[in-house]
Amino acid sequence: MSSPYPILSIVGIVMAALTVAASLIWVERRLLALWQDRYGPNRAGPFGLFQVVADAIKIFMKEDWVPPFVDKPVFIVAPAIIFVTVLMSFAVLPVAPGIIVSDLNIGLLFFLAMSSLGVYSVVLAGWSSNNKYSLVGGMRAAAQMLSYEVFMGLSLMGVVLLAGSFRLGAIVEAQKRLWFVVPQFPGFVLFLIAGLAETRRIPFDLPEAESELIAGYHSEYSGMKFGMFFVGEYMGITLISAMIAVLFFGGWLGPVLPGLIWFLIKTFLFIAFFILLRASLPRPRFDQLMSWGWKVMLPLALANLLVIGAAVLLRG
Amino acid sequence: MLSILRTIWYVFLHSFQKRVTVQYPEEKPYLAPRYRGRIILTRDPDGGERCVACNLCAVACPVTCIALQPTEDETGRRFPEFFRINFSRCIFCGWCEEACPTYAIQLTPDFEMGEFHRSNLVYEKQDLLIDGPGKHPGYNYWRVAGVQIGGKDKGEAEHEGPPVDVHSLLP
Repeated sequence: MSSPYPILSIVGIVMAALTVAASLIWVERRLLALWQDRYGPNRAGPFGLFQVVADAIKIFMKEDWVPPFVDKPVFIVAPAIIFVTVLMSFAVLPVAPGIIVSDLNIGLLFFLAMSSLGVYSVVLAGWSSNNKYSLVGGMRAAAQMLSYEVFMGLSLMGVVLLAGSFRLGAIVEAQKRLWFVVPQFPGFVLFLIAGLAETRRIPFDLPEAESELIAGYHSEYSGMKFGMFFVGEYMGITLISAMIAVLFFGGWLGPVLPGLIWFLIKTFLFIAFFILLRASLPRPRFDQLMSWGWKVMLPLALANLLVIGAAVLLRG
Repeated sequence: MLSILRTIWYVFLHSFQKRVTVQYPEEKPYLAPRYRGRIILTRDPDGGERCVACNLCAVACPVTCIALQPTEDETGRRFPEFFRINFSRCIFCGWCEEACPTYAIQLTPDFEMGEFHRSNLVYEKQDLLIDGPGKHPGYNYWRVAGVQIGGKDKGEAEHEGPPVDVHSLLP
């Protein structure tokens, strides 16, 4: 299944991803405010929506300062990497029937590969900044993302077993009768946690940990280079939410409304859930994070894979 | 684990709670009558300046934001020639009000003093003086003080007897 208008799909998905990522700044601030009994930005334009525009103008106008002590080429390339890898992952995302850039046979693997490559951005940023806090942040990011990557892949294998394909379009279509969240609930929870760690969102934001590391790997960044990390992070949230919707909640499948709307509703619900997690959970200690990843989540993912594999075998 | 889920649930329940934000410019906050805001200089019930330029406020001020110059009119009544408060320094501690022996300097529940230029925050006497007596309506320093000024001799103040002729006390 490929798109009848590939260029339209490409432009549409890229524009949508960037717009959603930019407006997530506003969405996140409003939702955090809601859960903290505040209003958040509500002055600029209707419901404060123009805050997005104001933020964008501000960040483009900021001085783009490269400190003299940094490793310049790496420092400049690092923010681009996260941006590119996340955008590449959107290529295999099946938004609705026919709205997909490229429904690869190995779509799921491609997504996992791209999200792993995203680590380079953070590690290189931390390394090239020549700043101890940035370095600690970068190293934390490397350790965290490597250990959570492992069971992220494993948690998805149950879905692959059930659908019998790595193609994301096929995975969605295999959920016609039953969303995979029902037979694969442990997989869903594991993927949610791994996705959270992959996007370095607040319960797992140890690489940037404001209270300990100033801003971690992007301490030395300013202007639009910082903005790239920021937008990359928000696009990562969008991507993980969309992936959860696609892999476990039947993507575009749903009654009455058109597929695109269903996809957007599901994605937004998970984005909101990610923000809710940010509003409610504190940051764990780093050793807790690592031991959780290796000693709890990885065995759970393996056990889940074992059980679902056995079930699929028995069913024939 | 359960406590994490419970935390998430409790935070989610906040979606249905009233927001505590006061939408400030449209909705004014309640300020107590003793709120320490913009400083004013008050007048007697008769309309005369209460300030006697004793400099106690300037001395009490921990950030030395008050500057004044005492002078006297022809009747011997002291008043400040200029009275200047630099509100970009003022910390609104209220010590000047505490120190003032004549209830002249008072703090009011008004904080909306934003300016675009810092120099505009230096208030001169005409900016500080108000027409009324402020928090102490009946009080008139010059009417209760034993000081001799034009139109009021010794012993003519309220609750004051005529001055004792010390020579009559001699044995």
